[in-house]
Amino acid sequence: MDWGWISRNLDLIGGRVLEHMALSGPPIVIGFLLSIPFGYWASRSRIVRSVLLVIGNIVYTIPAIALIVFVPVVLGLAILDPVNLVIALTLYAIALMIRSAADAFAAVPRDVAASATAMGYSGWQRFFAVELPLAGPILLAGVRVVSVSTVSLASVGALTGIENLGSFFTDAFQRQFLTEALVGIVAVLLVAGLFDLILTAIGRALMPWNRREPTRRLVVPELTTA
Amino acid sequence: MIFVQALSWIFDGSHWVGVAGRDGNPAILQRLGETLQISVISIVIAVLIAVPLGVLIGHTGRGRTAAILASNVARGLPTLGLLSILILLIAVNAVPVAIVLVILGIPPMLAGAYAGVESVNRDTIDAARAVGLTEWQIVFRVELPLAASLLVGGLRAMTLQVIATTTVASAFAFGGLGIYLINGLSQNDFVQLVAGAILVTALCLVVDGLLAIIQRLALPRGVSRGRAASASPKKRSRASRRAAIVGTPPLQEGMQS
Repeated sequence: MDWGWISRNLDLIGGRVLEHMALSGPPIVIGFLLSIPFGYWASRSRIVRSVLLVIGNIVYTIPAIALIVFVPVVLGLAILDPVNLVIALTLYAIALMIRSAADAFAAVPRDVAASATAMGYSGWQRFFAVELPLAGPILLAGVRVVSVSTVSLASVGALTGIENLGSFFTDAFQRQFLTEALVGIVAVLLVAGLFDLILTAIGRALMPWNRREPTRRLVVPELTTA
Repeated sequence: MIFVQALSWIFDGSHWVGVAGRDGNPAILQRLGETLQISVISIVIAVLIAVPLGVLIGHTGRGRTAAILASNVARGLPTLGLLSILILLIAVNAVPVAIVLVILGIPPMLAGAYAGVESVNRDTIDAARAVGLTEWQIVFRVELPLAASLLVGGLRAMTLQVIATTTVASAFAFGGLGIYLINGLSQNDFVQLVAGAILVTALCLVVDGLLAIIQRLALPRGVSRGRAASASPKKRSRASRRAAIVGTPPLQEGMQS
């Protein structure tokens, strides 16, 4: 371990941390927001649910570097554009999040939704005032999983020349310099931890009734990719 | 159109045979073999570790928290980072790559194994115990057959994880199908790059499709007859998870008969 290297390269490390956050933050937010209407739709209809989950599964089956290559080819962007990584990560985030969102809305008791309608709530009011808050805890659990996996996956972008914390891994390999790889892995875990803290804080602020979260018992074992 | 060029690159028969590296020969068959060989070896090792452990956790109900923690940590670890560290610590060859594949393959398999055993109806197990089956018999004759579908589900998730990781490993002087992506990027050869992306995607989709079929077949006949109308194997896992959150199994429409 070469501690001197770390202190000499704090600027580089800080810069790459920021780049990593800039590349992985938007996909988490966009993926979360987009999966809500899809998840709600999926919770209403079993056919829609199966179709969306199958599509999500296929997207998740595509290895990360391949998806980063397909995005610009299909959309006509430059192959080495960082936007490709953001779009690819967003697709993964949606693919992973749709299942949680569908489960979250499906777990809202029908009686409660029906009571809201009976009390005169319109469709939109019922959605925002009743169903969304009740789905909140499971949505939060889902987005936390998405966040961790997005931050970790973003480092693959380094292989396509998009600079982020993953660049420490490719550099470390080329220079046979272990310290750099260790710095990279610790930094990725710290960014993931920071994002998780932010998400939990937002969850606590928006859902003060949710003291004991069910998140610890929720596992999403099926989907993982490199 | 680059997709067409990439497809004709793939369907060029001379790109499939021969030895890689000679005269820039891509030798797709050889690369495919490298990917499959290391994947199969790693999957076998991961299964041997994860399945007994997962069945133990599912059967006894102990250690679940630790298993969930392990799978969350594995999800957060960047593949590329793990690969570079182990390669630098061990050597630039297939050994560290296989170790990483095993490490990343265990959590999904473990989750499938314990979720599968855990999903078995408690009454069924009590009934088996009441008619005099020993614990071993319960595991092998009741829990494992009923868990088979989720076990294969775990195998499926693990296999995809492993194959996807081999594509990343190609960046670190390991061959495999991912090499065309890496070479395509470093040589600015976009045809080879897209062809490589198509090849690894096709491999993943084909393997996933095959395992999906096996997963469907793995459901014991009596169980599938009772459940086929309402739930696919995937949905069963969802239902058991949702029950864990809400506390009661969800009522589903269309189940009144």
